Amino acid sequence: MAEITLRVNGSEKKVSVPPETPLLWVLRDTLELTGTKFGCGAGLCGACTVHVEGAAIRSCSTPVSQLAGKRITTIEGLGANGLHVLQQAWIAEEVPQCGYCQTGQIMTAAALLANTPNPSDEQITQAMNGNLCRCGTYERIRKAIRRAATGGAVAAGGAQ
Amino acid sequence: MSPLSRREFVAAGAAAGAGLVVGFYLPHGMRSSKQSFSPNAYVRITADNKITIVVARSEMGQGVRTALPMILAEELEADWKQIEIEQAGASTLYGDQTTGGSASVRTTWDPMRKAGAAAREMLISAAALTWAVPRSTCAAQNGNIFHAASRRQLSYGELAGKAATLPIPTDVMLKQSKDYKIVGQHLARVDTPSKVKGEAMFGIDFRMPGMKYAVLSRCPTIGGKMLSFDDKESKKKISGVSHVGKISDSAVAVVADSVWGAMEGRRLLNVNWDDGPNKELNTAKVMDSLKQAAGKKGASLYSAGDVSKAAGPKVSAEYQLPFMAHAPMEPGNCTAYFLGTTCELWAPTQVPQDCRDSVAQAVGLDPDQVKVNVTLMGGGFGRRLEHDYAVEAALVSKAVRGPVKVLWTREDDMRSSTYRPASLHQLSAVLDGAGWPVAFTHRIIAPSISGQKGQPGPNGIDPDLPDEAAFVYGLPNVSLEYVLVETAVPLGWMRSVYALQAGFASESFIDELAAAAGKDPLEYRLHMLAKDQDIPFFTTTWHTARMRGVLQLAAERAGWGKPLPSGLFRGIACFGCFSSYVAEVVEISMENDAPRVHRVVAAVDCGQVVNPSILEQQIPGGVIYALSNALRAKITIEKGRVVQGNFDDYAPVRMDEAPVVEVHAVPSTESPTGIGEPSVPPLAPALCNAIYAATKKRIRALPILS
Repeated sequence: MAEITLRVNGSEKKVSVPPETPLLWVLRDTLELTGTKFGCGAGLCGACTVHVEGAAIRSCSTPVSQLAGKRITTIEGLGANGLHVLQQAWIAEEVPQCGYCQTGQIMTAAALLANTPNPSDEQITQAMNGNLCRCGTYERIRKAIRRAATGGAVAAGGAQ
Repeated sequence: MSPLSRREFVAAGAAAGAGLVVGFYLPHGMRSSKQSFSPNAYVRITADNKITIVVARSEMGQGVRTALPMILAEELEADWKQIEIEQAGASTLYGDQTTGGSASVRTTWDPMRKAGAAAREMLISAAALTWAVPRSTCAAQNGNIFHAASRRQLSYGELAGKAATLPIPTDVMLKQSKDYKIVGQHLARVDTPSKVKGEAMFGIDFRMPGMKYAVLSRCPTIGGKMLSFDDKESKKKISGVSHVGKISDSAVAVVADSVWGAMEGRRLLNVNWDDGPNKELNTAKVMDSLKQAAGKKGASLYSAGDVSKAAGPKVSAEYQLPFMAHAPMEPGNCTAYFLGTTCELWAPTQVPQDCRDSVAQAVGLDPDQVKVNVTLMGGGFGRRLEHDYAVEAALVSKAVRGPVKVLWTREDDMRSSTYRPASLHQLSAVLDGAGWPVAFTHRIIAPSISGQKGQPGPNGIDPDLPDEAAFVYGLPNVSLEYVLVETAVPLGWMRSVYALQAGFASESFIDELAAAAGKDPLEYRLHMLAKDQDIPFFTTTWHTARMRGVLQLAAERAGWGKPLPSGLFRGIACFGCFSSYVAEVVEISMENDAPRVHRVVAAVDCGQVVNPSILEQQIPGGVIYALSNALRAKITIEKGRVVQGNFDDYAPVRMDEAPVVEVHAVPSTESPTGIGEPSVPPLAPALCNAIYAATKKRIRALPILS
């Protein structure tokens, strides 16, 4: 067991877990932030994507011991003041079907827009290609990212 | 009832267009009170003007929590903004609650409309009595009853108390489609905001105080058994592991206070397996068994004329398809709380009633002692028509005497699942002097999903085939045959079920015939559909005119026949299943001998479209799912074990491979039919036909990139 202090969505959280525990399970089981999903456990599907220091990472494959003191943002903290522009775009484009992968998709897209406010189609594909969707919503995901990108300034990262 | 008989029942009811009178029975005491008007089990109106509509099917992404309430709200003349949605658990009030066979809308279309109309008529009566005016002078609109002459109005909430005292009408007038205000509208799905905020409650997200987590070690060999296990390491080295125990002949559960603890505990668990009778089983042997069975006479699915008497040049070909896995994004899971005389479940399931019944049997309770709450599902695709996850959760909860969530990993899901049956198809046709077919034979050689589950259909015909193997062309001599094969590989219903196999073989072969005749593949199909004809197939009557309609629409929107830029090629296919008609035109280029799909134009005739926005999700969803199946989906068996384990060796389509999909619906006021599955079958043949157009190579086995 290790005592680790995490900075999640702007608050400090002390957790006591085995140090090799993937961040995913600390978020879901310990901190009860279940918006981050388990899909593959191997960094292959992107359903577990969160931000660490603003970068999109796979929380299923990141031991929590590496994250002490780092800024972590989950879907629950993405929109610091209401919905993030991407969440609004996701609603406007009616992206989700089953919806299970969509929080991970949005987190990946948010990291993309934070660095590349007006991405090309190729840049969108490159950034999003690690996120699987079995409902096949890729076209609407692309549209939603374009909508958010052209809809004005993007406050990516949310509460940190 | 078993999963099979439910599914069969739903399919049969839908196919027959039966107006199912379900859900109108109300147990004593549940009826309306002064505060609450509830004329049937689907709708409740309270004095605070809140309208709650109950959804008795499961939401797995296909939009039932939006579409089914729209149907009721239409007849109720409700204000859509007033509506609140309630998910039904397993119940005796709604008939069969199985969510499958693209049947939710087609089987609830009548009961939901009647439920809304009955409530509307009672509210009108309540207003007429309140105002002491004739009923005929009152009208329902937008959540109010109006009396035009006196310019009075009362809201449904205000009328609820009085309406609750009135008799429930036995016969109600239903609206005409021209008067629809809600059905047919692009209404936003009710579940979208919660899904983008991460607030939506999937099965995996449910938690309760004191809940533990379990993962199971299941025998990796099909049909094998557990001999013994050693949990010393699990208990010694992993903190939080509280229980390790045998759950069935072939599974050991590791229970811990966190998912990670349970996973780590399982990693260190040492199980001694008896590999059992299938330890030498492999995919090649399965395919050999299909080839051997091909020599047997099968059961006739359909016969017109006499194929043996047709004279002329004959064309033959064999097609084959592999086992495939559903692989929904949310792995299997279920939470159970066994309390001795009751057991409550929180299950992401397509079959709440089967979960109830099978759990009751497994833990020794009566079905009415088991309560099943239905959560959202992170995809279903048929995987959650099984109830293994629910039984496991209940057994583990019973063993530890507390609430437990059983969670499957991705590898568990890939390797301990049920699979789309592998199949072999023998096709032949006799052509006339001009190259048009005068006889067509399709023999489907495949294991029976339902047969394996102990419930074969009549004459050994798998009971799914009636919904999934029709041949909607008007030829004088046709023979469709099914040859049943046994396999030890566990089988399940996967999105579009046998229609994927039947459609791939049949529509690829028709392209072969067109090529042999030197004719355009669209023209070839239209010729076979030229005459208006009704084609009865089990309980569905197919219409050549409707198939012609979707073919023409897809072709027109895709610009069929117009020149394409250099390097681009087209293929076309059409298929009818779950009472709907879909045609697709696929545009590809070839890169390093592999197809790249750029555009898919889909035309669908599914009768009245309830919500075009959901249609425009479901059709592309089916196309992308089918593209994954066509390109790479293949489950192989070695030494009795499934080889594939995760999304690296079972790799669905990602954004870089996803084409643009255009959806066009044929305007229709016919009763609605399925949309969740019918866009799947035409994709693979249309794609392979495009590959033929590009390369002159015919692909007769899936997956394409094997």
